[in-house]
Amino acid sequence: MRIAVEINGSAYEGEVEPRTLLSDFIRHGAGLTGTKVGCEQGVCGACTVQLDGEPVRSCLMLAVQANGRSLRTVEGLSPDGEFHPLQRAFHEAHALQCGFCTPGFLMSMEAFLREHPDPDDEEVREALAGNLCRCTGYLGIIEAVEHAAREMREGR
Amino acid sequence: MKPPPFAYHAPQSVEEALPLLAEEASVLAGGQSLVPLLNLRLARPEAVVDLGGVAELDYIDAREGPLRIGAMTRQATLERSEPVSRGWPLLRKAVRHVGHPQIRSRGTVGGSVAHADPAAELPAALIALGARFHLRSAGGERTVDASEFFLGPLYTVREPDELLVEIEVPEQPDGTGSGFAEHARTHGDFATAGAAAAICPSRARIALFGAGPVPARAEAAERAVAEGAAPREAAALAAEEIDDEHRRALCAELARRAIEEAMR
Repeated sequence: MRIAVEINGSAYEGEVEPRTLLSDFIRHGAGLTGTKVGCEQGVCGACTVQLDGEPVRSCLMLAVQANGRSLRTVEGLSPDGEFHPLQRAFHEAHALQCGFCTPGFLMSMEAFLREHPDPDDEEVREALAGNLCRCTGYLGIIEAVEHAAREMREGR
Repeated sequence: MKPPPFAYHAPQSVEEALPLLAEEASVLAGGQSLVPLLNLRLARPEAVVDLGGVAELDYIDAREGPLRIGAMTRQATLERSEPVSRGWPLLRKAVRHVGHPQIRSRGTVGGSVAHADPAAELPAALIALGARFHLRSAGGERTVDASEFFLGPLYTVREPDELLVEIEVPEQPDGTGSGFAEHARTHGDFATAGAAAAICPSRARIALFGAGPVPARAEAAERAVAEGAAPREAAALAAEEIDDEHRRALCAELARRAIEEAMR
């Protein structure tokens, strides 16, 4: 089947089987390998992207379901090559080690901070629950998200 | 893993979808249960009928009388709905426990009901609210009470040629309080067990989930609450018939919390 998807503002077209997962289309069809594939059953959150602004698991969608829709992946966070405040905060707070889970965290948290610009600690922890990290132990990630929220409120 | 091959249909209306339904066809609503089953190859349907384009099933109508929820309404939409949190707060309490935001943005209310996982939150909340499910097939329509819809794990009264189209939740009597409690090993995981309660001075409805093969009303506990029993005594009655000792203890405690929250 022929599909056309907008990713990070650019148009992508491709020929896919109905069973092709959106995560595989993003990586192999569109060549955007920032999105990672972990468990492929909706548990780990590594493949999280935004569909029309909302965070979704790209391994739990068929590529055909995204036909005509607009996607944002981690590459779309820093279109000019300059880090997004969240990326800067992850870097500064040592919120990653191997980095495999990071794109999923960033795409979940970018959507979360748009809806909750001033979250408390409990809200941040709850929002992080859908993404797994096996390296850092989460404290750095919590700190990074709270730091980024402050920076973004102050318009930096 | 990757899904096995299947034929793919994307009807744009209920009318178009109905003739495509069959024993060997799976209905794709939000995909948050079906796609993992496909990826794990636990499901191998010949065809997938994707309801994503059936816009007529995506609505929340709370203008007057009962709440009407189109089967394709996303869980995130239910969670954000002001009329729902005002008139049917139990639904909002329950939906916040369904997976994570990344799951609720895709998962649908109808999908959760039709999938019938015994540990799912929405079916139990809908039973406690006295909801009714509207089914359509090429041959006609029928309505089933939520408490009679579930037959076993992932198994309901829905026939293969029927589509769940609407969830109807009656208006709750004035003064109805609601309570919801569950225990899951990690946040957002499927619950081990849980309880939903809707209680007003004249009536109590309590449903347990994760306690048996289907979510079910705890009628002895409902009667006890209506007769003025303390939450702890009523909750013990709710859990009485559960065989497994751990689940029995868990359900007694969770039912107590749900009942107390509803009576506050």
